[in-house]
Amino acid sequence: MSVAENIEHGHGHAAELSPFQQHHFATAQQQNEASKIGMWLFLVTEVLLFGGLFVGYGLSHAKFPEAWKSAHHHLQRELGALNTVVLLVSSFTMVMAVQAAKLNRRKQLIGNLWVTIICACIFLVVKYFEYSHKYHEGLLPFKAFYSYQGPQVPGEFHFFSFYFMMTGLHGFHILGGIAVLLWVLKRSYAGDFTSAYYTPVDLIGLYWHLVDLIWIYLFPLLYLIS
Amino acid sequence: MNEWLRSTLPIVGSEHARDIDTFYFFVFYLSLFFFIIVGGLAVYFPIKYRLKPGETRRSAHITDNFFLEMLWTVVPSLLCFVLFFWGFNTYLAAFTVPNDAMEIYVRGRKWNWTFEYPDGMAGGGTLYVPLNRPIKLIMDSEDVLHAFYIPAMRIKQDVIPGRYVYMTFTPTVKGEFQIFCAEYCGKDHSGMLAMLKVMDDAEYEVFKREGPPEYKTMDPKLIGETIYKTRGCQSCHSLDGTKGDGPSFKGIWGKTEQFADGTSGVVDENYIRQSVLEPQAKVVKGFEPVMPTFQGSLRPVEINGIIAFIKGQK
Amino acid sequence: MADVLHHQIHAASDHREVDYLSDGRGIRDWLYTVDHKRIGVMYLFFIILSFFVGGMLALAIRLELLYPGRTIMDAETYNRVFTLHGAVMVFLFIIPSIPAALGNFVLPLMLGAKDVAFPKLNLASFYIYCLGATMMIGAIISGGVDTGWTFYTPYSTSTNGAVTLTAMGVFTLGFSSIFTGINFIATIHKLRAPGMGWFEMPLFVWGIYSTSVIQVLATPVIGITMVLLGLERAFGIGIFDPRIGGDPVLFQHFFWFYSHPAVYIMILPGMAIISEVIPTFSHRTIFGYRGIAFSSVAIALVSFIVWGHHMFTSGQSQLINAVFSFLTFLVGIPSGIKVFNWVATMYKGRITLKAPMLFAISFLLLFTIGGLTGLFLGSLSIDIHLHDTYFVVAHFHYVMMGGTVIAFLAGLHYWWPKMFGRMYNERLAAISCALIFVGFNTTFLTQFVLGSRGMPRRYYNYLDQFQQLHMYSTFGSWILGAGFFLMAGYLLASLRGPKNAPMDPWGGTTLEWQTQSPPITHNFHDVPVLKHAPYDYRNIPQGEA
Ligand code: HEA
Ligand code: HEA
Ligand code: HEC
Ligand code: CUA
Ligand SMILES: [Cu+2]
Repeated sequence: MSVAENIEHGHGHAAELSPFQQHHFATAQQQNEASKIGMWLFLVTEVLLFGGLFVGYGLSHAKFPEAWKSAHHHLQRELGALNTVVLLVSSFTMVMAVQAAKLNRRKQLIGNLWVTIICACIFLVVKYFEYSHKYHEGLLPFKAFYSYQGPQVPGEFHFFSFYFMMTGLHGFHILGGIAVLLWVLKRSYAGDFTSAYYTPVDLIGLYWHLVDLIWIYLFPLLYLIS
Repeated sequence: MNEWLRSTLPIVGSEHARDIDTFYFFVFYLSLFFFIIVGGLAVYFPIKYRLKPGETRRSAHITDNFFLEMLWTVVPSLLCFVLFFWGFNTYLAAFTVPNDAMEIYVRGRKWNWTFEYPDGMAGGGTLYVPLNRPIKLIMDSEDVLHAFYIPAMRIKQDVIPGRYVYMTFTPTVKGEFQIFCAEYCGKDHSGMLAMLKVMDDAEYEVFKREGPPEYKTMDPKLIGETIYKTRGCQSCHSLDGTKGDGPSFKGIWGKTEQFADGTSGVVDENYIRQSVLEPQAKVVKGFEPVMPTFQGSLRPVEINGIIAFIKGQK
Repeated sequence: MADVLHHQIHAASDHREVDYLSDGRGIRDWLYTVDHKRIGVMYLFFIILSFFVGGMLALAIRLELLYPGRTIMDAETYNRVFTLHGAVMVFLFIIPSIPAALGNFVLPLMLGAKDVAFPKLNLASFYIYCLGATMMIGAIISGGVDTGWTFYTPYSTSTNGAVTLTAMGVFTLGFSSIFTGINFIATIHKLRAPGMGWFEMPLFVWGIYSTSVIQVLATPVIGITMVLLGLERAFGIGIFDPRIGGDPVLFQHFFWFYSHPAVYIMILPGMAIISEVIPTFSHRTIFGYRGIAFSSVAIALVSFIVWGHHMFTSGQSQLINAVFSFLTFLVGIPSGIKVFNWVATMYKGRITLKAPMLFAISFLLLFTIGGLTGLFLGSLSIDIHLHDTYFVVAHFHYVMMGGTVIAFLAGLHYWWPKMFGRMYNERLAAISCALIFVGFNTTFLTQFVLGSRGMPRRYYNYLDQFQQLHMYSTFGSWILGAGFFLMAGYLLASLRGPKNAPMDPWGGTTLEWQTQSPPITHNFHDVPVLKHAPYDYRNIPQGEA
């Protein structure tokens, strides 16, 4: 009963109030920090989600080392490398975009977001070419679809199961990222983001780096097996 | 108390089972001790410190007590070590196979068990073992997971398709003990039972020669049917006339078969005995010579059973 | 002080402000709400519904097992029924029960916050729960599942039930659970009332915090496992299916990596409720606040490294078994600390035996039995004998039903006046508590004996020697059912009465008792500021009983 006493409070810093501040937060900063915690936790769950696949990959690799060695020759290393570069660039422009938002530079923000989105699209286009190449050779995932006829070591279809599951899940994340980036872009044009409120840019930035990071792991694991 | 406690456990079938029971009793009394403390106080305090009419609500303000808290952290911690080591030692003992163990293959499938003995004989339904001989069961599964569970021996092991696992026990008590399938395996999981029969040496010698004692009272046809179902005949020979890897048994008794080498012969007792013991001697026309021999792995009484069984397939 | 009390009395009798229940009564006001209290109430409704469904399935199981052989259904139906019972109870009822229903309602109130950090995410999580539940129901309609709630491969990749749809349902429900967890962690970090440091938080909050950590860290793994299971079934990946080069035991690792921590997702919130109820009804400060707070976190962390104790007979190496057995015992230590601290809290208290306290005392007795029998199972050689017998069934019903469900009932009775503004009939509540206690023990004590005598679980049929105990167990389940129906009766009846609950009917010290019952839409008029740690009764008016 007497643990707490009610004090007069109200929204103290009315001057700084952004139109996007929700009523249950006392300050915009509190809101931003809470959102960031939320995002970080979400990223943790993403890592664990991919983690399950990485573990499965590792165990299958240990079981069929020969198949892994021979199967990865079907992947086009150059395209993989190209995509790595593309994603690294997009990560860089994403950092620039967040920085621009922080500094109230709307034009820069918009420009950098555009480059990021374009890079993401390039990534997907390259991926499309890789996938269609595999499709034509019958190098498809799962026992049910794998129909490659050429010389092979037993167990190669396991490799392609993991190749498609991992890059596929990653691809979905890129796709989702593009959707959110477009929404952020729209709001940037509308002038929603200022140095006082740029949480969405911040958050999509964090997400984008994670998606990038996962690719940095996928690339050597899938393309560069020795 | 002890008597009652013993009655909550299955019959003891081995020394190992006795050791486990001793450990079980220890954990039981330890748990009882803690339960009496916690449960006793959880009932006593509410009675003792119940707010009585007219009393003020002023209670003691005790936030912690270093000594007590240490006590109930350290004592359980030490007990954990005891539990762990005792449990681990008895577990290792249970899974360490003595050198001279007799190896028996156990195969689980939906929903029965079959056993293959060192002398090549095999059977299903009942596992026969000699008294006081260490047994090693080498086990696998044909389809899904099952678990071989002999409560009297206090042992259990999942069987897995595509991998061999083992378990071991040394029966020290004569008698019949229940075997269960303990890993869920579908519709007849609860019907996937078998018996363990522990026999003395003399009985076991008879078993080796003449097969399970119940053969004496069994209809030969039934013996044949059991063999047909549990020894793999089923996978090549149908009973309804459909052609498998081998000819169907339907209506073959008394029929004249054409053989691949151009000769022919009537299906009778001698022919069937020969087909089972030397399948390649006369290969039926239109079939590959793929039937394995059962020389040394079927007892005469079992072959007679097969003959009776095939005779009955009209 | 005196006028605080005065104020309270007035709030009870005089004028009541528009509360969250009457603030917009249309269906849309509920479906589109982002108010954590309304979301909590909607969750509560569906969770009790799921419990009812799961409970009816349980009564069907018990009835079937009254006699060996066929009693009311055939083997295939039985297998579907117990699978569904387990899956509904675990995924639809017990995991969301305390955090999503009660936690959603009281957590922000306890923190002095106006809402959770992400109200929209909260609503989304509720709808995802509904979607997942619909998928599970779809699975039932389209033929049911007969794999057991553990979905072990290769049975689950070869049986022709609606396994894939169920797996997708579990996957979906996982997201709901993750979102709730994320939301609570952010709320606890950022929305505590001014002056509320980490050690001034109510212990309920600590419990929910630890739970949320597990939800966030473990649930994604069950998600990916369910996806892999679905793909393996449909197309053949070759990681679980031995026919195409997979390892069926690997699935068990994936499954228990989530499902063991999940059992602490179930119990920690239960323990959290007990940590509130006991001090309130003992009218005494909690004993060993820090011990209880840290032990929640310790349990959460250790829970991630013991999953292998479900697999002692699976054929994994002896060394791995030893490691998991050892780690398993470690969980007993923080659990013991909690139990002893609760008991010590009652020492020299001024105890009133209202319904929530009766449930809390039942909890202490039943959870202790459940936990201690966990020690049997953690002991390697004994588990080899007891694994997959009714002993395990009895163990987990003691911790889940005797622990979590009883704690849930304690919480439900504790916060019922706060949630709905009505007091229920104390006498009937006491009777129902007694029926549940007696019925529960009759049902499940017998199962310990069944199990130690070797009766395997998931058995449709059984040997005659087990019949008598099975019969007692079935009788017990009827008493249990009667207790619950009585409870449903008086709780529903209370809703028809006028809103008569005072602001703080029990003399609680935490912030949720500082606002009207039921609370106004924004919880508090002004942001409350904390002056004392919780459970400090020294400055509270010491009125006579
Ligand atoms: C709410 C859920 C819950 C909780 C809290 C627990 C708590 C514990 N469980 Fe349980 N368990 C389940 C739910 C739960 N379990 C379920 C659902 C299954 C079966 C799943 C299936 O197969 O379908 C299972 C199965 C299970 C097994 C596998 C059995 C088998 O299949 O063979 C094991 C083995 O170690 C185990 C152990 C433990 C232990 C050691 C604890 C500990 O946390 C208990 C700690 C508490 C105490 C110890 C009591 C209080 C302490 C004291 C009074 C102090 C004295 C203490 C000491 C001396 C150490 N559990
Ligand atoms: C939260 C978890 C939970 C709960 C509460 C229960 C509750 C009960 N369970 Fe179950 N059970 C499981 C989880 C749970 N179970 C799991 C995971 C399995 C393993 C499945 C598997 O092997 O795959 C299992 C398996 C299982 C078996 C073993 C089946 C087998 O192996 O063959 C049995 C057998 O007796 C059983 C019985 C019961 C009974 C009698 C209850 C009773 O306590 C139920 C009583 C409840 C009611 C009768 C409902 C009444 C409700 C209302 C009237 C609504 C009003 C409510 C309120 C106001 C709150 N359960
Ligand atoms: C791997 C497949 C296979 C198994 C297992 C098998 N058989 Fe055969 N069996 C054949 C084939 C093929 C033939 C026909 C060719 C031949 O005669 O060798 C045959 C022929 C026979 C015949 C002669 C049938 C006829 O129409 O003339 C008999 C009798 C017979 N098997 C009995 C058995 C019995 C009894 C068992 C089990 C204990 C058994 N077989 C197991 C493949 C099998
Ligand atoms: Cu075989 Cu259960
Ligand atoms: Cu566990």
